[in-house]
Amino acid sequence: MNIESIRRDFPILNQQVNGHKLVYLDNSATSQKPSSVIQTMVNYYEHYNSNVHRGVHTLGTIATDRYEEAREKIRSFINAKSEKEIIYTMGTTQSLNLIAYGYGLARLGEGDEILITPMEHHANLIPWQQVAKKTGAVLRYFPMEEDGTLDLDKVRKAVTDRVKIVSVTEVSNVLGTVNPVKEIAAIAHAHGAIMVVDGAQSTPHMTVDVQDMDADFFAFSGHKMLGPTGIGVLYGKQALLEAMEPIETGGEMIDEVGFQSATWAELPWKLEAGTPHIAGAIGLGAAIDYLQNVGMDTIQNYEEQLTGRAYDLLSEIDGVTLYGPHKRSGLVSFNIDGVHPHDVSTALDSEGIAVRAGHHCAQPLMSCLKCESTVRASFYFYNSEDEIEALAKGIKETKEFFGHVV
Amino acid sequence: MLFNNLDQLYRSVIMDHYKKPRNRGVLEGDHCVTVNMNNPSCGDKIQVSLEIEDNKVVDVKYSGTGCAISQSSASMMTEAIKGLKVDQIHQLTFDFSEMVQGHEHNDDLDLGDAEALHGVSQYPARIKCATLAWKAVEKALREADPEKSPQ
Repeated sequence: MNIESIRRDFPILNQQVNGHKLVYLDNSATSQKPSSVIQTMVNYYEHYNSNVHRGVHTLGTIATDRYEEAREKIRSFINAKSEKEIIYTMGTTQSLNLIAYGYGLARLGEGDEILITPMEHHANLIPWQQVAKKTGAVLRYFPMEEDGTLDLDKVRKAVTDRVKIVSVTEVSNVLGTVNPVKEIAAIAHAHGAIMVVDGAQSTPHMTVDVQDMDADFFAFSGHKMLGPTGIGVLYGKQALLEAMEPIETGGEMIDEVGFQSATWAELPWKLEAGTPHIAGAIGLGAAIDYLQNVGMDTIQNYEEQLTGRAYDLLSEIDGVTLYGPHKRSGLVSFNIDGVHPHDVSTALDSEGIAVRAGHHCAQPLMSCLKCESTVRASFYFYNSEDEIEALAKGIKETKEFFGHVV
Repeated sequence: MLFNNLDQLYRSVIMDHYKKPRNRGVLEGDHCVTVNMNNPSCGDKIQVSLEIEDNKVVDVKYSGTGCAISQSSASMMTEAIKGLKVDQIHQLTFDFSEMVQGHEHNDDLDLGDAEALHGVSQYPARIKCATLAWKAVEKALREADPEKSPQ
């Protein structure tokens, strides 16, 4: 992998921020976009902007073809059986809400259980809280080890026949933990529960095979994997999606409409009411082309190397606490003793280094870690070793600055 | 010196209030009102207690967790408003908010050490940190006397 040539594909990276070269390490929040994705979207708006699945005019046909080609790229990228199983959404949050309200609400009852982990993003937590309140189901949590991993023996014990839904993030957005979702799915299925996987932080960084992991539902976002914001995916096994009643109704999702009732289009359109984010879907297709061209295994290996380097450099700094397991996906969460994460983030920003500070939409996890918030540096394959060195240097300087400032 | 510009934000008086907070605690009693405020985007939390007698804040305390800016601002706020009349405090919180946003503001009233936070206006992402405790004061005044406080 030629890092210099890859970086040239991302125009945003070539700029100064606060008088320093930009070091963008907030990729878990959103990734940057290569020119190919940007140009694909510009091309749609400049040359064939039209609504899909409606008119029979030429531009409408081109737009529909490109839009559906992108769906096929997504299907192949996560190895779904059929394009009918790929539902376009606004992003992971909407995908997970669709599962909770479109599937869970009608099927959960008093005493049923939903099992999630303490490391879930609010998007894979609050929908289940709400659905539990509405149905009388109980929301329970798998126990988590001190290093932020799950112990499969404890997972086995936690899943009983009362559990109807198990929902787990494949990669923690705070700790970088990679959860054994395939093994958890097998345990869930042995008890008749369905397995939901939040793939927001895994899909951009590793090969995803929904059939191999045997997920019943899988959710992810385009913008974290080089695509635009506002487009994401809900994957569901066809039989489950067929059984779901649409929670949004209106244009595009119908078969036939009378004065008093209507019937639904077939999958996937049944679950896609209204004019979709056409440019977004086509842009996500271009993002997948880019990722596949680099190769997901290459990306994963390179990021492992970067993350290992970051972990080593940061753990050598006195007064820096790292959170999460040693084996992790491409991010490090940390704190500097006596300096609040926001102050760390402002200091690093003044050196051009963009990191995230806060609770990372995972407040229950923060209480497990016994801190209010952390600083998170998250990487993607366009980050360089030099940028990791700049981060470590910036952290040392931040420590020194706040140590001397009084 | 590292981070040259950063000194304009983290002035020594600010770091002094952060490391040695004034008026920490909670007030309980007949004339006391206590409110909580969060900044949900970052997790900062602040609790402010006011003791109000004859339309005057005779005592004020705060507690909370958060960054140097939010916590020092709270500490400075307690010093700035203690002993002031309610309408003077409304004016002061307004002036403070205008100052940290970099707007023209009236400097008839004495912000005390809190004046040092003017540098926040150069860091738009941090304005909410600076104003959290002052918003909590406004909330406490509204709770103490909903009719007299501006919304």
